[in-house]
Amino acid sequence: MTELTREDVLKLAQLARLKLTDEEVEVFRAELSEVLRYVTMLNDVDVAGLAPTTQVTGLKNVMREDSVVDYGISPAELLRLAPKSQDGHIKVKRMIG
Amino acid sequence: MDGVSDSALDKPDSMWPSVADIAAQVQAGSLKASDLVEQALAAIEAKKEFDAIITTTAERARERAAAIDAATRNGQKSGRLAGVPFIAKDNFLTFGSETTAASNILKGFKAPYQASAIERLEAEGAICVAKANLDAFAHGSSTENSDFMVTKNPHDKTRVPGGSSGGSAAAVMLDLAPFALGTDTGGSIRLPASFTGSVGYKPTYGLVSRSGVVAMASSTDTVGPLTRSVEDAALVLDIMAGRDPLDSTTIERDETSYTDLPTELAGKKIGVVKEYMGDGLGDDVRPHIEAAIEKLKQAGAEIIEVSLPSLPLALAVYYIVCPAEVSSNLSRYDGQRYAYTSNDAQNLEESFTKTRAEGFGNEAKRRIMIGTYVLSSGYYDAYYRKAQTVRTKLINEFEAAFKDVDLLLGPTAPSIAFKIGANTHDPLQMYLTDIMTVAANLVGVPAISIPVGKTDNLPVGLQLMAPMRADRALLGAAKATEELL
Repeated sequence: MTELTREDVLKLAQLARLKLTDEEVEVFRAELSEVLRYVTMLNDVDVAGLAPTTQVTGLKNVMREDSVVDYGISPAELLRLAPKSQDGHIKVKRMIG
Repeated sequence: MDGVSDSALDKPDSMWPSVADIAAQVQAGSLKASDLVEQALAAIEAKKEFDAIITTTAERARERAAAIDAATRNGQKSGRLAGVPFIAKDNFLTFGSETTAASNILKGFKAPYQASAIERLEAEGAICVAKANLDAFAHGSSTENSDFMVTKNPHDKTRVPGGSSGGSAAAVMLDLAPFALGTDTGGSIRLPASFTGSVGYKPTYGLVSRSGVVAMASSTDTVGPLTRSVEDAALVLDIMAGRDPLDSTTIERDETSYTDLPTELAGKKIGVVKEYMGDGLGDDVRPHIEAAIEKLKQAGAEIIEVSLPSLPLALAVYYIVCPAEVSSNLSRYDGQRYAYTSNDAQNLEESFTKTRAEGFGNEAKRRIMIGTYVLSSGYYDAYYRKAQTVRTKLINEFEAAFKDVDLLLGPTAPSIAFKIGANTHDPLQMYLTDIMTVAANLVGVPAISIPVGKTDNLPVGLQLMAPMRADRALLGAAKATEELL
């Protein structure tokens, strides 16, 4: 499927937590469809016997000491960097109920 | 500037001596870090109309410079980059300023720690003086996707500087600082290097820590320098390179310094990439690449045509893998963790969707949605898994090619810098700008762009690539090539 419908775009926007205007839905429908058409060139590539690549370094299970590192920054300074704080805590919007 | 050295005379168009010379003169007391910082800040102010810089870190830079000057007066050692001002792309977390990644959604973000790359440079006495403009979240090839402003090409204000590290590249060529840092996920250091005539170095994946760099596509993100010479790039790389406990994808560095460069070209086998020299290559670029190949031949290099048959698929692979990783990495911008949050949200769901709708620009939204699509149930195998598997095919072809040649050569970009606005109406056309750079990121190999000539007064870049971890060999060959041109 390389021609997206309005419904497809709205579904994607919902999954991605993006609120789109009607105008944006149409623009993105056309643009995303064009990009998806371009990448269809991969459809017929023969990849028999090949495994997908997820990383290129070959590193496995990199371990480090589970120890405290002093970054030289105090809790008060950290709180000052937060958008909002109150009573020694970072303040965020209500998330539950 | 006092005590102009030989290497400065080699580059009469720059007011800065080489990075090593500046540091040596600061250590010797013949240059003051404070004067260098003022010089950089004055240049930034004087060249404001190019919109290369988002913000300066003037206060912190002045404090650091004063401390370095005091240490030098007291006879203390001040490091291999003593007093050298530099500019960081604004997707590096830095003290002394906000870090925005040129995005509205990160406005107001002050980082509690610095990027490891910045920490290492500062430990050797370098001084960050400003943060450079970029395509928001490094999504783009022109800096036109910055949520704040479009950086102008130093050679022609009506043209783009390339991207996404366009502010960093322009800063170096505008002489705002001796070097700048960029990030390269699909070509974002090399493309602006090509468009501005600077040297842009993308190291082997994992050689420089990504800790404290705003994540874009984690499996291809790299950190590297933009400079006026290969020698400067090698020095900056040498200081940043190596394992970092804060980034578990980092690899061991060479024990030998990356400034100790093997520059012998005679007998080097250089593969000219056939697929990069095809019809897609513009006549504004081709003659310069061919002339460089001729000079390399005369210098004794063995030139071999090499074909990497899957190369024409690289961009398609990239524009599946990259948006997939982008959509994941950008999920953290939810209106809770960072400063920007929508004010008219009635509930949590709306807070997410409205914050992201208001805070992200078009390109971020586009990539988030493409990524969401290719990762979604029912399409994952057809798109994402397929792209990752074609990526393996590409890696195998590069490995096979490097059995026969030491280096691969081609242009960095298919054209010279294009006009501002020329591609903004057509995202796919903009993506095609990266067609010659994305493969190195997918494969992980190091790659460099060096200036090779000019067409209509606009620079053309030559790209060299080497096998994984062959950064020293690549920099050596690039330095020798730079001297030939």
